[in-house]
Amino acid sequence: MAARKSTSKPNTSKEELLSFYRDMLLIRRFEEKAGQLYGMGLIGGFCHLYIGQEAVVVGLEAAAEEGDKRITSYRDHGHMLACGMDPKGVMAELTGRIGGYSKGKGGSMHMFSKERHFYGGHGIVGAQVPLGAGLAFADKYMGTDRVTFTYFGDGAANQGQVYETFNMAALWKLPCIFVIENNQYAMGTAQRRSTSTPHLYTRGEAFGIPGEMVDGMDVLAVKAAGEKAVAHCRSGKGPYILEVMTYRYRGHSMSDPAKYRPREEVQKIREERDPIEHVRELLLQGKHATEDELKAIDKEIKAIVNEAAEFAKESPEPPVEELWTDVYA
Amino acid sequence: MATEILMPALSPTMEEGKIAKWLVKEGDTVTSGQIIAEIETDKATMEFEAVDEGVVGKILIPEGTEGVKVNTPIAILVEEGESVDDLASAATAAPKAESQPAPAPAAPAQAAPSAPAAPQADLSPDWPEGTPMKTMTVREALREAMAEEMRRDETVYLMGEEVGEYQGAYKVSQGLLDEFTERRVIDTPITEHGFTGIAVGSAFAGLRPIVEFMTFNFAMQAIDQIINSAAKTLYMSGGQMGCPIVFRGPNGAAARVAAQHSQDYAAWYSHVPGLKVVQPWSAADAKGLLKTAIRDPNPVIFLENEILYGRSFEVPDLPDFTIPFGKAKIWREGSDVTIVSFGIGMTYAMEAAERLAEEGISAEVIDLRTLRPMDTDTIIRSVMKTNRCVTVEEGWPVCSIGNYISSVLMQQAFDYLDAPVINCTGKDVPMPYAANLEKLALVTTDEVIAAVKQVTYR
Repeated sequence: MAARKSTSKPNTSKEELLSFYRDMLLIRRFEEKAGQLYGMGLIGGFCHLYIGQEAVVVGLEAAAEEGDKRITSYRDHGHMLACGMDPKGVMAELTGRIGGYSKGKGGSMHMFSKERHFYGGHGIVGAQVPLGAGLAFADKYMGTDRVTFTYFGDGAANQGQVYETFNMAALWKLPCIFVIENNQYAMGTAQRRSTSTPHLYTRGEAFGIPGEMVDGMDVLAVKAAGEKAVAHCRSGKGPYILEVMTYRYRGHSMSDPAKYRPREEVQKIREERDPIEHVRELLLQGKHATEDELKAIDKEIKAIVNEAAEFAKESPEPPVEELWTDVYA
Repeated sequence: MATEILMPALSPTMEEGKIAKWLVKEGDTVTSGQIIAEIETDKATMEFEAVDEGVVGKILIPEGTEGVKVNTPIAILVEEGESVDDLASAATAAPKAESQPAPAPAAPAQAAPSAPAAPQADLSPDWPEGTPMKTMTVREALREAMAEEMRRDETVYLMGEEVGEYQGAYKVSQGLLDEFTERRVIDTPITEHGFTGIAVGSAFAGLRPIVEFMTFNFAMQAIDQIINSAAKTLYMSGGQMGCPIVFRGPNGAAARVAAQHSQDYAAWYSHVPGLKVVQPWSAADAKGLLKTAIRDPNPVIFLENEILYGRSFEVPDLPDFTIPFGKAKIWREGSDVTIVSFGIGMTYAMEAAERLAEEGISAEVIDLRTLRPMDTDTIIRSVMKTNRCVTVEEGWPVCSIGNYISSVLMQQAFDYLDAPVINCTGKDVPMPYAANLEKLALVTTDEVIAAVKQVTYR
């Protein structure tokens, strides 16, 4: 395995590393399966895979507490699995079946779970940012000490409503962690072609919001930064920005031929910076697990994903009456 | 175990494609993520990655083949040491790409019965007979509605530009800051898109925001949050995530504020499933409907009018009085023509009816009050009696509320119409500033009278 440059001190435990490995692998295998089902025509429309970015949500979920909220864009499958939503319900939503989280009426980009405090799944780039601040507003209004993780990408970071939100979040000291998942490409536009300054974590400076850059391929670094941001927000100091540097291995969506970046760039990151391989190495080097034990986990994850796919294939399409329900409460 | 590699769908619309190039040959070992072929779709040439690891046992479709249907097996992947010969049967037993089931024949369009029975309409009075009344402006009525609901429910809060310390740009929220403090009466920066999104997010989390737009013209900055986030999320979440929120503020032309500050949004918002739309005229309706809006679990667009804020009406003096949505009000009974309007259009409709009476034409005047849901039953019942209809609104003529009413009448009361329905609307131009031109651009009482004479052949 290629040498890896990592700044994280393995201040962690065997149990934590194993759970990171398991959670990231579940996302990876789930997304690969979703890609397959898309290829078979079982999933339609847009489908944005999270492969490569797994350490971001898994690291931040490790910093969250029960009752904290999260909201994100349309690249949302990883967030849902990481916050404990059922892979079967997520996959069945992708196939547009009644067993899906939105009864098949939302699809890949629009899924929600009130129970797991997951507020979507939003299809309009940047729209989830004020919505996330609104979730945090509600917690402050009701006097709880919960925080909201508001995820968006480097592309959304150029939307005007993001800065309207930064201003009000800072003004009103909303307990909101703005997580910029910088995968370096807004669909086909590299960051240097869309963004006047290189560092998105400094975008809050004008509003007095602290920010920092995090290695998003290192789940331990993400968790450590997440804990710092959560402590800041929970203590009533207002919002915090994390720019998490990550990379998506697949195209923007399933129909993206990804001609805007060389194949070698993707290959190099896969080989040298893969977040799952990183934890695998830590587990093996630290003698926390044997190859056989990790293989057993792989098998277990594969079974969960296959079960989700089977459920998603077998769950019936929504009955026609569903066309007319849920328009009004 | 051998696995078949199927022709993938690589875009939302792809049904077939060309295998432009194989990048592996039989006997090659492939790893997960390796590019094994280039496939030409209707849009682009896409690289096709292997999902599983294994050895290419057999290539079933050679490169250069065009029109390969999605889901056709194109190659077989075997495990190390496995022979492809063992798989001949697997290949032939390959499941054919499922043919699309024939679409179910559409149900024949139901012809509207030519002589329908008169629909039921809720004609009950809005308040019991003998209720004491008090005189109140529309502005005071709106303020009372908000104050009463904020006293009743702690999750209700008011947010907007100048609603607090300034006491409201049009003084609708006067005094609310004193009573409810800045926790619940929240001054925002001038940032409609952002604060609308924040309010919608807080409604997802269980609060009941009232968002005041200084005018609805400025809500266009926020219309994505109103429609894509507030109106659609309940449906997209399969019923999990509701959005109890009221968007309110003055709508339509005021006086001499020109094109960017003088637009009626009734038809725009009424188009959207998931929204409810209210446009009151009288103070009693403003109060009773706003209280209903605040209690409603759905997003409600509440269209007020600056010119009406200072106008006084009789309002029932009751501790808790509401008006239900979807119930029109007949302000004036008549037998020769039905005039349907809402909001400030009612001013012209009522004036016209008054003057027409002097000429011996008896007009029935219906105030829709809520546009979505719309009480079409009350309109149809009235037209069955009068056989003629004129609609009055301040908005533009193309795709207007009047157009929709005309279509409903054609489908459900065609045989009762003795004349084509006429829609009186604002003119099809941006609002001019010049005093004389502005007057011409708005709908007028004279135009309503002329339309009534046309449909009654006078």
